[in-house]
Amino acid sequence: MSDITQAFAAAFGLIVSRDPGLLEIVLLSLRVSLTAVTLASLIGLPLGAAVALFPFPGRRGVAVLLSALMGLPPVVVGLIVYLLLSRSGPFGVLGLLFTPLAMIVAQTVLIAPIVAALARQVVEDLWVEYSEQLRSLGATPGSAIWTLLWDGRFSLITTVLAGFGRASAEVGAVMIVGGNIDHVTRVMTTAIALETSKGDLPLALGLGFILITLSLAINGTAFVLRDVTRAGH
Amino acid sequence: MTTLPLQLEAVTYAAAGKRLLDGISLTFERGPRTVVLGPNGAGKSLLLRLCHGLLVPTAGSIRWREGDNGRRQAMVFQRPVMLRRSAAANIDYALRLQRIPADRRRARIREVLDDTGLRELAHHPARRLSVGEQQRLALARAWATAPEILFLDEPTASLDPAATRAVEDIISAIDLSGTKIVMTTHDLGQARRVADQIIFLHQGRLLEHGPAAEFFARPATPEAAAFIAGKLLW
Repeated sequence: MSDITQAFAAAFGLIVSRDPGLLEIVLLSLRVSLTAVTLASLIGLPLGAAVALFPFPGRRGVAVLLSALMGLPPVVVGLIVYLLLSRSGPFGVLGLLFTPLAMIVAQTVLIAPIVAALARQVVEDLWVEYSEQLRSLGATPGSAIWTLLWDGRFSLITTVLAGFGRASAEVGAVMIVGGNIDHVTRVMTTAIALETSKGDLPLALGLGFILITLSLAINGTAFVLRDVTRAGH
Repeated sequence: MTTLPLQLEAVTYAAAGKRLLDGISLTFERGPRTVVLGPNGAGKSLLLRLCHGLLVPTAGSIRWREGDNGRRQAMVFQRPVMLRRSAAANIDYALRLQRIPADRRRARIREVLDDTGLRELAHHPARRLSVGEQQRLALARAWATAPEILFLDEPTASLDPAATRAVEDIISAIDLSGTKIVMTTHDLGQARRVADQIIFLHQGRLLEHGPAAEFFARPATPEAAAFIAGKLLW
């Protein structure tokens, strides 16, 4: 019990004193996960909408595949990206392994299917309501993609947040392709894993607090933004 | 370039083995306002959706004079879908799909908002408008693209009398601007007010097609006579 209280106190101290090592880790985590969620949204939102709108053979199968990929284990994604980026892999010449960029790539691969699968559902539901009206106005499925993504923007915020939640919480993929190198690729989740195994619970717990707080803050801001803008529409 | 007349030849539409429209042949000419009349389930909405190109007939043909590349046609639905943006932006969206340049779009939007009495609501979110205002906006959006023919599917079915009156006034203005009006209704009073020509459908068949005055004074079929007398038909 006293271990835990001590850990809490130490964690609080680290946060209040704005420990530079801690700050570095937090900023890198945010940079990696926010970039990954941005890239995954740029890929996943139009992809999900396209699967919802364009009839093509095997569409059902693609939809099922996207949903199945939502459950991709981070360590497996990490391993695959590791193989692709390792010196003997096809992208080895780029020298990306153990860089933040590799971590961004891995997280993008991990969450793009989540964004795509959820976006497909949102857009498909909207299309039921909009289909006749948009076709009547002369829209093609190609132009309707952007219309529906824009009109579904309030629901899609939740989709993007789900992706961000997954990215910021996962440890397996970034650990494998990033390597948890101090001052280079150490992020909150890998640091927590390392510090816990070393027995430095205060730092691990402090990072855990910050991770949860940031997640709450980002989700909270997004919901407030959504409600404020939705009130106008 | 003109797309009218629109010719239907033996148009049949079947779903789940049932003939919902059966062998409809008629021509829509420029000019008189046509009202498609009939009890619920007669196939009125279906006929409009087929003409508008939202559905493809099971048999028969629907031919525009110049082919349907021009798309000089528009439709207003009973419950129109408004996009989550301002009233003006909803009209702008329709005009952009017709590839109309920005300066002409602005002028046209102002014009139709004035003509439909929606000028003050131009920057209001469309989905926050009342049902009546949304229907007027749907008319403005359809009118903005200057269609040669406008299909209206029960445009006042969910409106109160005041809003219905406003919609009928706008329909008259659209008619005066030279657009052919084809409208469905099951409301006899409205049919008398709006129609120059009547198409009477019953159970998917075209029973009568002619001038409205004659239809109301001397219906040629017992079904039409019963419908005009206000008897329930199905």
